[in-house]
Amino acid sequence: MSPSFKIDGVTVPFEAGQSIMEAALAAKIYIPHLCHNPEFHPHGSCRLCCVTTDGRSVAACTTPALDGMEVANETHEITTQRRLLLKLLFVEGNHVCPACEKSGACQLQAVAYHCGMLAPEFVHFYPRRAVDASHPETIIDFNRCILCELCVRASREYDKKGVFSIGGRGIQAHLMINSPSGKLGDSRFSAADKAARVCPVGAILPKHRGYEVPIGKRLYDQESISRVGDVAAHQERDHDE
Amino acid sequence: MVEDKPKQTLQNMLNDRESDPTHLLQTLIEVQQAFRYIPHDAIDRLAESLGLGRAFILGVIEFYSFLHLEPRGEYDILLSDNATDQMQGSRLLAELLSRRLAVPIGGTRGDYRVSLGYTSCTGMGDQGPAALVNGRAVTRLSSERIDRMVSLIEQALPLDQWPSELFAVTAGVKRRDIILNSDYSAGAAIRHALEHGPEALLDLLEQSGLRGCGGAGFSTGKKWRFCAGAEAAEHYVVCNADEGEPGTFKDRYLLQAHADRLFEGMTLCAAVIGARRGFLYLRGEYRYLLEPLHKTLQQRREHNLLGRSILGRQGFDFDIEIHLGAGAYICGEESALIESLEGKRGIPRNRPPFPVIQGYRGMPTVVNNVETLANAAMIAQQGAAWFRSVGTAQSPGTKLLSISGDCERPGIYEFPFGTPIGEILAACQAHHTQAVQIGGAAGRLIPATEFGRTLAFEDLATGGSFMVFNQGRELLKAIDNFSRFFSHESCGFCTPCRVGTSMLVRQLGKVMVGHATTKDLDELATLGTLMRQTSHCGLGQTAANPILDGLEKFPGIFQARLRSTSFEPAFDLDASLQEARALTGRNDPGAHLEGGGV
Amino acid sequence: MTNKVRIASASLAGCFGCHMSLLDIDERLIDLVAQIEFDRTPLTDIKQIGSCDVGLIEGGVCNAENVEVLKAFRRHCNILVAVGACAINGGVPAMRNQYSLAECLEEAYLSGSGIDNPQIPSDPELPLLLNQVHPVHEVVWIDYFLPGCPPSADTIFTFLDELLSGRPIQFAYRQIHYD
Repeated sequence: MSPSFKIDGVTVPFEAGQSIMEAALAAKIYIPHLCHNPEFHPHGSCRLCCVTTDGRSVAACTTPALDGMEVANETHEITTQRRLLLKLLFVEGNHVCPACEKSGACQLQAVAYHCGMLAPEFVHFYPRRAVDASHPETIIDFNRCILCELCVRASREYDKKGVFSIGGRGIQAHLMINSPSGKLGDSRFSAADKAARVCPVGAILPKHRGYEVPIGKRLYDQESISRVGDVAAHQERDHDE
Repeated sequence: MVEDKPKQTLQNMLNDRESDPTHLLQTLIEVQQAFRYIPHDAIDRLAESLGLGRAFILGVIEFYSFLHLEPRGEYDILLSDNATDQMQGSRLLAELLSRRLAVPIGGTRGDYRVSLGYTSCTGMGDQGPAALVNGRAVTRLSSERIDRMVSLIEQALPLDQWPSELFAVTAGVKRRDIILNSDYSAGAAIRHALEHGPEALLDLLEQSGLRGCGGAGFSTGKKWRFCAGAEAAEHYVVCNADEGEPGTFKDRYLLQAHADRLFEGMTLCAAVIGARRGFLYLRGEYRYLLEPLHKTLQQRREHNLLGRSILGRQGFDFDIEIHLGAGAYICGEESALIESLEGKRGIPRNRPPFPVIQGYRGMPTVVNNVETLANAAMIAQQGAAWFRSVGTAQSPGTKLLSISGDCERPGIYEFPFGTPIGEILAACQAHHTQAVQIGGAAGRLIPATEFGRTLAFEDLATGGSFMVFNQGRELLKAIDNFSRFFSHESCGFCTPCRVGTSMLVRQLGKVMVGHATTKDLDELATLGTLMRQTSHCGLGQTAANPILDGLEKFPGIFQARLRSTSFEPAFDLDASLQEARALTGRNDPGAHLEGGGV
Repeated sequence: MTNKVRIASASLAGCFGCHMSLLDIDERLIDLVAQIEFDRTPLTDIKQIGSCDVGLIEGGVCNAENVEVLKAFRRHCNILVAVGACAINGGVPAMRNQYSLAECLEEAYLSGSGIDNPQIPSDPELPLLLNQVHPVHEVVWIDYFLPGCPPSADTIFTFLDELLSGRPIQFAYRQIHYD
């Protein structure tokens, strides 16, 4: 018998060494997440994938699956918790969806739709963050960065360039570009990099295009991310085509 | 402007290091010491010699409070800003210093003579208010001492020529029990271990029931056994001397008075797990201990208690290096400490794998608190039964407490586990006590009705911080202080802690200024619970403790400040027109808004 | 007296797009009007809000007048609803929060291109601007939030319909969007 565990009562088989998230993804059970991307080492920072097992809240992406464990995922309580985490992310940055080219294909939005978030409700931080438009093909809008570090990981692990780093700490934590001027245009970044395709939000965007897909036909316009999947996977597919 | 020292100095500093990226943090600390900031060409050179990105290095600099990209004054004064310092009048003294030296708090004087600022608790709670001047601890600040400091600074007298009594740190042991009453005989524990073998020592530790004294209480014997059992090319033992929990200073005492015991404990651990290198991670605030600690290490090398073939045992080679922290509380978390040892930002790792399996450089690593290692040495020397002669079944032995705040006899106290809080309060002569904060900012706030509870892992666990508040104190101020501490110290990795700690400070601020309603208290509780449940590490999980405990145990202190309205705006309405009034020169009735909610 | 549900609405720092979306309810509006009557709205000529069951607020809070209107709505409405992105998080007008008010006014009235007789207006008739644009929930308690830029007519209708009928307010996936 291969080992298995349960997510909201559904039996999920797994292989030794798999995390709860990996086993769930393989079984096509959706656990909301932002910083997780199966192509990279699990990070565990967004905390959206927190599930409860044995009365404890754990990140599904960094917690190994155990035989016989009972995992609660989409309960009322956990969804409420996820909405709160999403609200924190929305008020931390400047997420002006109507003015964002990623809108409709943004994972932060999509997870928030999935969790039924109607408004951020907390007091907004309105941080002042500059936009970096120095690169000829790619723009970085730090206002939308949610510190998932997917670009950091992609550039370091896949592109082997280490273009991105994190600076500061606490609420001052921020994404940084590795170049003499600190600007993207001055770095080794290329629009063909993997790091250009992993951003779940509208922080790293291609220049010279935008709003190409009409409203109603965008990635998450009609169906939940639980069926459509992560935007990074779609960006990867578009890149391959 | 500070004259840059000759580039040669920097080059020498860098040449001293192999091109190993794990040396980054220690090198940056040296550069900061030499130049009073990290010059940009130092970053470029380090990037080149260590093969690291500039942004990565900047990220490390920005992470640690004691590293700066702008020059600090020749005298860099940081006032300890713990709740207990504030209770001793530290804020007024800071303002006095600021006036006398003509430097703003949080700023540097135009002539770069002096910088002034606040820092998290410096571990001098029993002899505060305290400050750090260029990393040296100055204790028992008073207006008289401030006058002396000001005059020394204006004379530009080098720090090493300042009167030594300014830097006196007293031991202040007020109660001894089995540990502090026992004599230590150098090398006895190691001899015992070499004689009986690692297995016997592990058995002994397990029988003793010794648990981690940093507060988490994991079985020390088990930890060492797991690490010893992990197959790997190298094993490491690390002493966590990053005593950053506000209000605790018992490790400072151990490092000052009993470093030998601690090093013996580390050597024991090395013998058990097969480590050849050990590290003492010393918090930057305790840098004044660096020299005596190096001396102790040297003596131990001379006595063949460290180095090659320890006590003549062929193949038992072990030595200890001291790494400094640079002002980051989170590095007290063992996996963040390991990241910091590796020269990086102190972000707690995901677990599993645990450090005993994959720690420093990915190798099995034991990380133990100072007290735990010192106790291990004493247990090896005195036996498990001796240790178990006091304490409770689940929490054998004793605990060192750092007692500060409202009591007549603050200081270091060794109490057997199982001692009731009331008894501890009587011993330190605390009167009319309103509450005790046990375990530091991350600990628990205990009201007088619960003084019958006991010091024990099964009841009130603590790393050693014990702060007393009498009935005259505004507890809300301490709660506010602790909340600010956490927002300053959050590493920023995970959403609930990064955003939540800052949000709590703002929400609590609304309560403090009397603009909050019950809705705001509900929001505090909601946020605090979310942080407790979903944060990545212990910092975020406990950062809301002061507020949540306050709301539960002392609801009155919050409610007394609430408005009777059902809702109040998040910001001061009239003040938010100030800029427009200034720009337009208007001051008519229409240029103002009435405050208050609806 | 009628027992119709009395509704008021206002656009603060908004573009009236949410009101346009309200009108987009089309023929369903006729059914709705059988159950509701309008108090102060941009559609009526009522200047002062009276006692209402429901208040719909479009737009964020950018000036002193917005604050006064919003507070009046809160005082007079049993249920106050933040309608649309700007009311909910400040939206596009809040993008000025990236700059100081002085920078904004200098650009608009002093140093911008094509300005005649540069001066910052200071007529008491004009409401003063706040340092920052705020979402409405930072000024008054809000009972419901309807996201969207604008919320679709369908979302608004669903909300009103469920509110009037006393059913729990629930939206289909396609009815929640932030743009």
